[in-house]
Amino acid sequence: MSKKNSEYLINRKDNQYEVIIGLEVHAQVLSESKLFSTSATKFGAEPNTQVSLVDAAFPGMLPVINEFCVKQAIKTGIGLNAKINKRSVFDRKNYFYADLPQGYQISQFKDPIVGEGKVILDMPDGQKEVGIERLHLEQDAGKSIHDLDPQNTFVDLNRSGVALMEIVSKPDLRSPDEVSAYIKKLRSIMRYLGTCDGNMQEGSLRADVNVSVRLKGSKEFGTRCEIKNVNSIKFMQMAIEYEANRQVDMIEEGESIDQETRLFDTKKNETRSMRSKEDAHDYRYFPDPDLLPLEVSDEFINDLKKNIPELPDDKKKRFIDEFKLSPYEATILVSDIDTAKYFEEVVAKMGKNKDMKLAVNWITGELFAVLNSKGLEISQSPVSAKNFAILINLIKNGTISGKIAKTVFELMIDGDKDPQIIVEEKGLKQQSDPKALEALIDKIINDNREKAIEYKQGKEKLFGFFVGQAMKASGGKANPQLINKILKKKL
Amino acid sequence: MSDITKQSLSELVENIKNKKLSSTEVTKAFIDRSEKSKELNTYITEDFTSALNKAKKFDQKPNLDLKLPGVPMAVKDLFCTKDVKTTAGSKILNNFVPTYESTVTDNIWKEGAILLGKLNCDEFAMGSSNETSFFGNVQNPIDKDLVPGGSSGGSASAVAGQLTPITIGTDTGGSIRQPASFTGTVGLKPTYGSCSRYGIVAFASSLDQAGPMAQNVKDCALLQEVISSYDPKDSTSIDFKRNQYSKELTNNIKGKKIGIPKEYRVDGMPKEIEDLWQKGIQYVKDCGAETIDISLPHTSYALPTYYIVAPAEASSNLARYDGVKYGFRAKGENLIDMYEKTRSEGFGAEVQRRIMIGTYVLSSGYYDAYYLKAQKVRKLIKNDFDKVYKKVDAILTPSTPSSAFKIGEKTNDPVSMYLNDIFTVPVNLAGLPAISIPAGHDSKGYPLGLQIIGKAFDEQNILNIAFAMEEKINFKNKITDWWIK
Repeated sequence: MSKKNSEYLINRKDNQYEVIIGLEVHAQVLSESKLFSTSATKFGAEPNTQVSLVDAAFPGMLPVINEFCVKQAIKTGIGLNAKINKRSVFDRKNYFYADLPQGYQISQFKDPIVGEGKVILDMPDGQKEVGIERLHLEQDAGKSIHDLDPQNTFVDLNRSGVALMEIVSKPDLRSPDEVSAYIKKLRSIMRYLGTCDGNMQEGSLRADVNVSVRLKGSKEFGTRCEIKNVNSIKFMQMAIEYEANRQVDMIEEGESIDQETRLFDTKKNETRSMRSKEDAHDYRYFPDPDLLPLEVSDEFINDLKKNIPELPDDKKKRFIDEFKLSPYEATILVSDIDTAKYFEEVVAKMGKNKDMKLAVNWITGELFAVLNSKGLEISQSPVSAKNFAILINLIKNGTISGKIAKTVFELMIDGDKDPQIIVEEKGLKQQSDPKALEALIDKIINDNREKAIEYKQGKEKLFGFFVGQAMKASGGKANPQLINKILKKKL
Repeated sequence: MSDITKQSLSELVENIKNKKLSSTEVTKAFIDRSEKSKELNTYITEDFTSALNKAKKFDQKPNLDLKLPGVPMAVKDLFCTKDVKTTAGSKILNNFVPTYESTVTDNIWKEGAILLGKLNCDEFAMGSSNETSFFGNVQNPIDKDLVPGGSSGGSASAVAGQLTPITIGTDTGGSIRQPASFTGTVGLKPTYGSCSRYGIVAFASSLDQAGPMAQNVKDCALLQEVISSYDPKDSTSIDFKRNQYSKELTNNIKGKKIGIPKEYRVDGMPKEIEDLWQKGIQYVKDCGAETIDISLPHTSYALPTYYIVAPAEASSNLARYDGVKYGFRAKGENLIDMYEKTRSEGFGAEVQRRIMIGTYVLSSGYYDAYYLKAQKVRKLIKNDFDKVYKKVDAILTPSTPSSAFKIGEKTNDPVSMYLNDIFTVPVNLAGLPAISIPAGHDSKGYPLGLQIIGKAFDEQNILNIAFAMEEKINFKNKITDWWIK
């Protein structure tokens, strides 16, 4: 089904290399409380104010699973078209670090809560399917702060125990652009589901990126390197580009790639070795004896399934079928849940006699431009969907012209004013009375006799001149279609 | 009353309820005797002043409807007690004062009992002789320089020496039953999931279980009734219908079928133990029960299985003692250096040995051969019990393969020390309840115990069998107060 994407290849002399990328995305579960304790999870709280005895691993403290986080993980699994495992197991991943109070992270190793699934990417030249290997639940660690004191490291445990979903893709991605599309799609799906806010600045979404290269056409995978904890799409793309080229250069020089964990230095725009495979931690995974295996019933899963909202792929299909949008338009509108919501509200408010194309063009054109320039999300739009719909209808029914509409829109931004009132107050109503317009045009032709003759002799460019004169004479309010029609007749 | 400390829990409760004794009198008596018994080294932390204040407060407005009205008691120092230092017998928690209370002790205080102090135990409950405690050896009241068993050695010693009327211990591989057997007292290890593990310093999470220790079966039943509760704060706590164990206690065990497992007749077991077992068989028959020879074929694998599973869990459970958040911290050049020094200086040799064993068996490349294999064997051991419980109601075995030994006798031979738990560990691996009752003496006059193993959640049944046997055995502990000058 998937069309061949324009290939991302690295060229060296006679060789062409293909880049193989797999992602381990860490998505913070949208939840009021932590995975195994009742502490709050609010971002930006004072250090160590959201820490329970369980989070700080006091003696005798025990984890108790947060059912809401389990539901969130299953919902995400459903959104990824994935197999939900009715039985999953929490394991301990053992390692020492100052911000890991238990000395282990509770994670899922052999038996994750969600198994294989897939997501569809909309690339410029067609769709691409990316396989999901698994999704598992795990605890986040705390935060070590090294730069507050020359001697000491400070530890903030607010994040300790916060629920994360680790979403592991298959090595199906082939270019930085696909990685970008994949992250955006995951983010979109989770935001539709309300299972992760996808806020990369706050660290709610970050990824470990696995990169390897191979000669184009080869079936074998090359040795991969894992770039740890990259927290923006731009950095992921930069890191992949650097890392893939580094690997290709090594191969070209006859060297072999060592499997290792690398860090991306955002200042120098390069990856560097963090630890080799030999130095890799032995995490000594084993089932956490403080927790029983997590078992969920079909009924539990089905109840969640029933309440899954329409997801981006389905919404896109419906927009195309129902609203006759182009796939491109539909993709833009569904990619962010708030844009889709806004659009659907505009559609609803436009009523029976609506112009979809016009609405889409205005949202992706004028509205996006305003949001961009003001640095606002669509959920913070200064123009409500209701007033936006009225404006589109005013254009559609000929009350104002598209050009006037831009003026009206400018005025709406300040205080979300009703465009009808603006049109009324400023007298911006379009002149659509044919008799009045005919009189106006007669006068212009009379005043510009010579030009009218030139036009009739074949200088067709002058038609625009007359339109302009007519619009000017009407103060921009004349109905441009009618002007055209009348001019054609009269000239 | 000069013999207050000789009274059983049931007698004390009755006397307090009848107002023949006040809580203050009782508390004072146990404090006095404890003060005179420092040589036993049972206490790590004494909380006597506070105990007396609580007793006086109780007497001002006594609530006599409670199950343990104004009864003073000391508890193993593995239970976190709010505002009272909790060490787990380790240097690494030498200065640790919890801000919270374990569910089990909370249940006890809610029934009117008063904390006397925290009792010595093997470090992190790892040991069978109380010799691994950072706070020194505990003397067995039975004889000078005799170990009280472990890990609940301080608890067993305190009950046998009448420093506390009752106590609670924890049992991961025999840590209640073995010391009970060594000190001539009664100790019950409840079904896994019966008593909450919340607030108990963890050793091996899938095996740890708190339980009562007392002078007699009835007291044990009453305390079990108090401490057992379903607790949502412990995910392995089980919500089952709990009996009023002391009220429902009966010596009528006619027609009960008691299994006698042939695999518990181990090589080199002293004749005294075999004789005791035979006597036990006769006692239950005398009570009208029937004995049936049974086989638990995987018994001999229990000890090696236990010494893989328990250290594996312990190695991870003890990772939190890293000097970062609480407890002992050694100075270090950097984080790793601080970890190494803190844990080398903070943990004793036996704890370090088990952390190393546990780390090894969980290591990549060894996990399948050790930990995973042990889990499979554990399942087979449990299956053995499930199978025989289709035919019998309970199982009778010796509690230990020998009587108490001398302090220092086995400290250099960990394997011989581990063999102490040979009859008790299968019960923990299978998550079953079992009780040890004193049943006789060896040639040296040291007490010997018999163990009754029950079906899961069937504490009432083994308490009844123990109760009936107790009457027949009529055991008298030989306490000479040798340590009181």
